[in-house]
Amino acid sequence: MSAEKHLLPPLVRRIGLRLGAALPALFCVILFTFIMMRVLPGDPAVYFASGPNAGQAEIQELRHKMGLDAPMPVQLLHYLENLATGDLGRSLTTGQSVAQDMHERLPASLELTLTALAFSLLISLPLGLTAAWWSGSKYDQFVRAFCSACFCIPPFVSGILLVYVFYYWLGVAPDPTGRINIFLPQPPRLTGLLLIDSALAGDWTAWHEAAGQLVLPAMTMALFVIAPLTRMTRAAVISVLGADYIRTARAMGLPTWRIMIVYTLRNALMPVLTTVGIVFSTMMGANVLVEKIFSWPGVASYALDALVSSDYAPVQGFILLMACLFILVNLVIDLLLGVLDPRVSVE
Amino acid sequence: MTEPLLTIDDLRVSFTSDRSRREVLHGISLSVERGKVLALVGESGSGKSVTGLTAMGLLPKQAVVTEGTIRFRGQEITHHVPRSLRGAGIAMVFQNPRAALNPTRRVRDQLADVIRAHRRLDRAALQKRLVELMHQVSITDVTRCLNAYPHQLSGGLCQRIVIAMAVACSPDLIIADEPTTGLDVLTQKSAMDLLLRLTREQDMGMILVTHDLGMAAQYCDDVAVMRHGEIVERGTPETLFRNPRNDYTRRLVAACPNATSLLEVPTDAAARQDSAPALLLEVRNLVKEYQNGFRAVDDVSFSIRQGECLGLIGESGSGKSTISRLVSRLVDADGGEILFNGTPISTVPAEDFYRAPQRRQIQFVFQDAAGSLNPRYTAFRSIVDPLLRMGPVPEGDALAELVVQTARSVGLSEDMLERYPHQMSGGQCARVGIARAIIVSPDLLILDEPTAALDVLVQAEVLALLERLRRERGMSYLFVSHDLHVVRMLCDHAIILRKGQIVEAGRCEDIFRAPQSDYTAQLLEAIPHFHPEGSV
Repeated sequence: MSAEKHLLPPLVRRIGLRLGAALPALFCVILFTFIMMRVLPGDPAVYFASGPNAGQAEIQELRHKMGLDAPMPVQLLHYLENLATGDLGRSLTTGQSVAQDMHERLPASLELTLTALAFSLLISLPLGLTAAWWSGSKYDQFVRAFCSACFCIPPFVSGILLVYVFYYWLGVAPDPTGRINIFLPQPPRLTGLLLIDSALAGDWTAWHEAAGQLVLPAMTMALFVIAPLTRMTRAAVISVLGADYIRTARAMGLPTWRIMIVYTLRNALMPVLTTVGIVFSTMMGANVLVEKIFSWPGVASYALDALVSSDYAPVQGFILLMACLFILVNLVIDLLLGVLDPRVSVE
Repeated sequence: MTEPLLTIDDLRVSFTSDRSRREVLHGISLSVERGKVLALVGESGSGKSVTGLTAMGLLPKQAVVTEGTIRFRGQEITHHVPRSLRGAGIAMVFQNPRAALNPTRRVRDQLADVIRAHRRLDRAALQKRLVELMHQVSITDVTRCLNAYPHQLSGGLCQRIVIAMAVACSPDLIIADEPTTGLDVLTQKSAMDLLLRLTREQDMGMILVTHDLGMAAQYCDDVAVMRHGEIVERGTPETLFRNPRNDYTRRLVAACPNATSLLEVPTDAAARQDSAPALLLEVRNLVKEYQNGFRAVDDVSFSIRQGECLGLIGESGSGKSTISRLVSRLVDADGGEILFNGTPISTVPAEDFYRAPQRRQIQFVFQDAAGSLNPRYTAFRSIVDPLLRMGPVPEGDALAELVVQTARSVGLSEDMLERYPHQMSGGQCARVGIARAIIVSPDLLILDEPTAALDVLVQAEVLALLERLRRERGMSYLFVSHDLHVVRMLCDHAIILRKGQIVEAGRCEDIFRAPQSDYTAQLLEAIPHFHPEGSV
């Protein structure tokens, strides 16, 4: 169709413009984390010296070896130079390069967050839609109470509660340690997402194992974001229900399910999608507690460990990664909005 | 045995809230037969729309039918209209066609949804039916319209699609709720002609809900006049409009502008001078081009003398609103000159014009009276605001005195001044808008369809008010409207615009008596009208 021919170049240009506009923001993020790490108390050289009795000379030498005795602008220049070549630095705790660590751990966090997001959407969309449909009813009030309850319980509490009920008490969940039983053969790594890798390899035992490990932590995270998503869905659906075209659909005798899904939910998705973008970014950063509780080998717990031990490179790398993800997610949401609403893509 | 298609008997509907219960329909009885068109006429709030919605089973949750029955083809549907009837038995055409269509769904799918809700058709049969429908509503560009989203189509096309949806499943009754409000005269005429033709062809019945008496008279076999939830008078258009028995009907008929109506204003106030007054506004070769190269205003020239009223007539998109914005210096022109009292004002950029001395002298009354008032300002604050910004501000009590006086001159009592826009009626908001414009004693008032959203009775009052103010204060008006009768009543001269260009200009009487261009003649022809005296 001719519309697509028209659509593509502006689309590409728009993506390019958005990414270009993000560069200054990224630089600010780099600068800020760099300075912050060095202003915060704690000296990595002292921390990584052989022991508490290490002499001044040894610390001095370590500091020199790590480049920490150079003036801060020089250190920054070095850091930027390395960044330009794709070198995020080396983690002192794990002894590996930060890029390597991220590469290993990011899929774990992504898999967890994406699954949690899917869970929360599966719960929130129907809940919000039905609450709006019967707004003001007892059911609506129940949904509101449920949302408040979910939002009130912090993830570390709900996580521990879930573990207690499903692992300790009922015994239906596997022990909450890590992504997959380490004694099982790991599926060959393609995407790093265990569910996808094992499915691709046709290894359904591993898939079940990984899925089982995933349910509780993902549920814990999902519970926390159900409230904003449900409330947003409900509000959006209520405003759509007041629209003239819903009245038209009713007057024409369309089946209720079609009015609900195709006419109402479809038009209410725009604000919900915007919220999904915000929620996803928050989840990526805020899932530290969940990763800690379930010994999930993700990037957030990795960054926290590094922060505690004044390990500069991983923290800087983590924040940079999060900033990039944030920009990417927002771009994707933006493009999706254009797909969802034909009026947007016309401009 | 011919039972009417739809019978409504002693229908009472109440709106309930937690605390109160308000009856909005107090025992409505009416019936519609096959092949006949019934008009429900009344002001906003008279219950005419509620009557239509009740028959469709589309009342909002708070509304309940407390008494009475509605029967359709002999079946009782008072409290529950089965889904199979909605769309296939009774269908509805709504006002504001663009909003009545789902913005994220193609026209093809929306029409198909309606058909499939009532019939099982395979793809080929469905496609055939869609094309057939498009032909029925006289759409020639079938493929483009079917594949388009509503926002890609004009208002007139959207209304045709809505009509196509309504007739898609061959209903027996169509309820059209103000189907042409917001459309310009020519589009309005073709939409109404279409609805009427389909009603006759398919032997359907139709209820036309409208506030336009002319339309009711021209298109309907039967008219019911509603007021405050009651039918006050009922009859054929001829008897009803020629010899209205009810007092309210009489006032309604009198207020409706038609080819002969005049404004009732005491003429002794200021006899027209014979010598031509000085030129107040001169517009020379005005051009406005939008970024996409569209020429909204294309080489337009006109002038207004002191105390004169110039009407600007055109359909939507003809550039009349753009001209009013250019002249009021809210928008910059791309060419041409605007002289005010001999001084060029088009040289001052629009964003700096608020500082120019002429800002005071050129004021604006907006189309959407309620929407153009700050919702958090009382009427008093709205009226006083321009004075505070442009001065000179009278000292102490004189300020409040001036506001009260201005409010009184537009027919607003003192106690109205403490109200917020949502606490006022449309007519009252319009008065506040006018008071706000005249408090700084402007020389030129630009009125952009100030009565478009008002009921006939209120419109007549506002027009009389404008005429009185003009005579008392010697103001000049630039009056933008698509209602030709209103322009004729108020204005001395008029300009007919089309696609940004002047099609015809001259004295109103001449234009209306002997239009020079075909387009003007067409416009005049399209106005729905009735002749109370049986003349013309």
